[in-house]
Amino acid sequence: MVKAISLKDLTENTPALIAAIMLTLLLFTAVIGPFLTTYDPGAIDLDSLKQAPGRAHLFGTDSKGRDILSRVVCGSRISLSVGIIASALSLSIGVFFGLIAGYFGGKVDAFCSQVFDIFLAFPSLLLAIGISAVMSAGLASAMLAITLVGWAGFARLVRGITLSLKEQTYVEAARSLGATPAWILYKHILPNALPLILVAGSLRVGGFILLEASLSFLGLGVQPPTPTWGSMISLNRAYINSAPWMVIFPGLAISITVISFNILGDFLRDKLDPRMRV
Amino acid sequence: MALYILKRILLFIPTLLGITLITFILMQSLPGDAALGMAGERANPETIARIRAEFGADRPLPIQYFGYLKLLAAGELGRSYYTNRNVSEDLLQKFPNTVKLALAAMICASVFGIGLGVLAASKRGTNWDRLITLLSVGGISVPVFWLGLALMLLFAFYLRWLPPSGMGNGSPLYLILPAATLGTFSLSYIVRMTRSTMLETLSQPYIAAARAKGLSEGEVVFKHALKNSLIPVVTLIGLDLGSYLNGAVLTETIFGWDGLGRYALDGILKRDYPVIMGVVLFGAMIFVIMNLLVDISYHFLDPRVRVKEKQ
Repeated sequence: MVKAISLKDLTENTPALIAAIMLTLLLFTAVIGPFLTTYDPGAIDLDSLKQAPGRAHLFGTDSKGRDILSRVVCGSRISLSVGIIASALSLSIGVFFGLIAGYFGGKVDAFCSQVFDIFLAFPSLLLAIGISAVMSAGLASAMLAITLVGWAGFARLVRGITLSLKEQTYVEAARSLGATPAWILYKHILPNALPLILVAGSLRVGGFILLEASLSFLGLGVQPPTPTWGSMISLNRAYINSAPWMVIFPGLAISITVISFNILGDFLRDKLDPRMRV
Repeated sequence: MALYILKRILLFIPTLLGITLITFILMQSLPGDAALGMAGERANPETIARIRAEFGADRPLPIQYFGYLKLLAAGELGRSYYTNRNVSEDLLQKFPNTVKLALAAMICASVFGIGLGVLAASKRGTNWDRLITLLSVGGISVPVFWLGLALMLLFAFYLRWLPPSGMGNGSPLYLILPAATLGTFSLSYIVRMTRSTMLETLSQPYIAAARAKGLSEGEVVFKHALKNSLIPVVTLIGLDLGSYLNGAVLTETIFGWDGLGRYALDGILKRDYPVIMGVVLFGAMIFVIMNLLVDISYHFLDPRVRVKEKQ
């Protein structure tokens, strides 16, 4: 069995600790931040167009005089929720089909693996573009696109884990006692595969957040006036030379979020993946 | 050998069909029917009627799918709603520019990635190692489009060393910023992979033997360790080609590079579906063909792969 991660493990690893603190702060920002900011993220203020960061506006204002800090805080909700929900959805779909393909083997496995390969054959952003382009752009279509892009990678991983776990003696024992495949998968294989599944999931959240930001940047994500980090960069990139803060702060927000998820994912992998311990 | 290649190509056919099936389903989910989606509402009625006839829009879906395959086999990807130009011709015209950018990015990423990875591994545990490791995590976390803008701000607007965008009639100066932007993601993975395989190799007994023989550290690292560490790194470089196609859409948009990516963005902004679907399908085809070539080339490069197959 895999041992649980203690708080001590985390405090011994400085980058992982900083990443965990950053993510906690980000989560708080996303949940209560919009109630704390002094400006309405959508409020146009023609008296303070393109103001550099200063006392009144910590991150400055954009070309319509909107407060960048409030917009970055508001954007954190969308980025985090899309990243986390899309990871959870694609992980669930991937786990379901991965378990089935790995356990039943034979023709079922051949068919499922072929489907996984087809989805993995698309460059991820291109497939996401194709999917979100045919739907009306918005939160739901971005999430669906990212889920459809992400599930096959998880499925292939879970299939591999299941293939090795189903040869274990405890699975054979359960089978000889007359346990149904559903029971074996749910009670024996899934719990043992879980640490590796969680590691894979945590390593992908960052990538999914980047994918959402890219779709928003291309105009295929959540639509204006709702601020997202990607669309803020896209709408303001013409001002990169004259008012760089409009682009720098949302980009920093994406980078810090994704770096934190990636560092924490690496930490979990080192701790939970037994292959890493060898 | 020939049998192996034939087997690989046969395995590749269902994947290709699957890709076309997915794009067909996406076309079907467009408003109107797929023929209308391919020709565009503004196309003249004869064109729509011709594509509809080829598709058999009133026939059952599987038959329509075969119609779609027939069109694809003839190189027909539809026409742009706006320019009325043939999408497949446009794609072939833009593709060389993307290849040029991707090759430059790949060379940068491979050279610097392997170099930094070797440096980190040979200086394990030092501040160099920590800095390189941190930068490589940063490189896979920073959004490509933002990195491009940041590099543009620094090198083009503040320092004025390089042109901010455009293609400059093929001058290599114009290639530097886009290639650096596009290559960073891959570079970071190459650094991580090189570092970890080098560390593994450096702990092998034959390296201790080489050191005991009195070889200099440089000879040990470059002559003995690096050669054996490169196979997984080269695999990574080959399989990572898809990330260049992803990154190209964003990088070309930022730097006004006239390739597939910018063509796709123009299509997205105008909701020009034949263009979008054309790029998606073409990108996926290129990606699987590259993967197939990487796979087959292993067969020649790595004797262990050949042995495994014989078993």
